[in-house]
Parts: sequence; structure tokens; C-alpha cells
Amino acid sequence: MKRWIRDGDVVIGRLDRQEAAVVRGLVSQIQDMLLARAEEAPQDELAELTGIRTGSSEAPDDPILGRLLPDFHRLDDDAPDPDEVNSAAALRSLHEPELLDHKTGAAEVVLQTCSPDGGEIRLSIGEAEAWLASLNDVRLALGTALDVTEDMPEELPPEDPRSPHLGVYHWLTWVQDTLVEAMMP
Amino acid sequence: MTTPVEQERTQPEAVGAEIAAEDRPWQTVVWNDPVNLMSYVTYVFQKLFGFSRDKATKLMLDVHHKGKAIVTSGTKDKVEADVAKLHAAGLWATMQRAS
Repeated sequence: MKRWIRDGDVVIGRLDRQEAAVVRGLVSQIQDMLLARAEEAPQDELAELTGIRTGSSEAPDDPILGRLLPDFHRLDDDAPDPDEVNSAAALRSLHEPELLDHKTGAAEVVLQTCSPDGGEIRLSIGEAEAWLASLNDVRLALGTALDVTEDMPEELPPEDPRSPHLGVYHWLTWVQDTLVEAMMP
Repeated sequence: MTTPVEQERTQPEAVGAEIAAEDRPWQTVVWNDPVNLMSYVTYVFQKLFGFSRDKATKLMLDVHHKGKAIVTSGTKDKVEADVAKLHAAGLWATMQRAS
């Protein structure tokens, strides 16, 4: 991977075959998790009649999905305000279908534009924005799974089971950061 | 089968009256997290809200150093839409009434 560059309305990057496999594998996994969550949305006859979709009103149990699909209010862990609990449930139910569409759609753009063989990647600005959002989702998921902290070292001790995955996380951080740099107005 | 959303939708006047009686505006809060890149957060603030590079950078640094920043405020609908956009970008955002 070389850093992304912007040439007018085109953003250009390059991944080798192995890098493309890592990106595609992780993006697919996140997309699958989000699609499974979408499948769990309540099937509601009224929603089907009106076309107003309603998502789940409950936050996901899984911490990764919880980070990708946050509550609309900051709820106190011990003594949440009952009004805010109700409001957060209603807002989640209202907005989550669209959020899931957005995230699975961004993942799909990556899968469509990143060849399994690797090679040059040429993106429109809209596609590059989808890559940014999708790479960020992958890093949020990995960061949650690896329990990343702000002062995370570059490398963990070899006996730490997270050690091999941290390298991927840091590499994705670099890929995303150079894409932000290329896109910055 | 009904949901909280539909209950709210059937009572728009009651909800509107409550907001009118309550002068405090709503605020969009972005919280610090250890994953989101400082460059990306700045980019998202510029892109979503049209902030200058300086303003976006200052808010990003507030999030980073103080743990949170209020990035927009206004009506409940506006702030709700802003929080939804920030969630789509992967930022940890919530909404609250101004204190």
C-alpha cells in the first residue's frame, strides 16, 4: 500500500493481493454482522403498510455492534434517567434501519471497488467517502475487540493473544489516515 | 403490535407543546474514544457541518483533551439529525438538553 493520492475528482490507491484480502475479509465480516442485526428488526404489519421502517428499540448486546450503533443519549450505567431510556429506545427504533443501510452500503462499495487480486484502486469522491466510513467501522470493531486504549503501544508482548491483530489495526489506521489526508478539503 | 415510535407519532401536539414550554435548546455532544483518528474527526466536522478547518480542529481537540465537545445545538429535530449523521460517520455522539 502506498499512500492515497487525489487527482481532481479521483482518489487513487494501491493494495497488493494480501492487503486486499485483509481489507475485504474484515469489511465482509462487519457487513455480515450488520446485515444479521438488520434481519433481527421487528417485522411490523403497520410498518409494511406505511413504509416507515422500525428497527430494534434495544441496544445490541454485542459490544462491537454496540459501538457501531450507539444510543442517542448518554445513559448512566447505574441509574439511567427513565425518560432518556424511553427516548433512546424510540430514537434507535426510528434511525437504526437507515444507519444499517448506510454502513452495509459503504461496505458494499469497498467490496465492489477492491479487487480480490489487489492492484490499483480508483475511486470517485463518493466512493472514497464510503471507504473512509467503512475503514472506520472496521477499526472501531477491531479496536473494541482488542480493547484498544489511547496509549496503546505499537506492539504488544508476543505472548499477548492480541499481538498479531494489533499490527492489522495499526496498518488500517495508516490506510485510513492517508485517505483522510487525500480527502481533506 | 406497537412501538414507542408510533406512540410518539400519534401525539405530535403533546410533544410540540412540551418542547415549546421548555426553552432550553438541544445539544449534540461528541465523546472521546480511543479509536477515531484526530484527522478523521476533524474531516467529519468540516464535511457534515461546513465548519472551517480551524473550528473543526478546535472542536476535535476539545473532544480529545476534555473528553467531549458540544458541536451543534438547536431544535430537537436538527440535533437528532446531526447525531444520526455522526453515527453514520462512526463518531460517538449523543443528544442532550442544554443545562
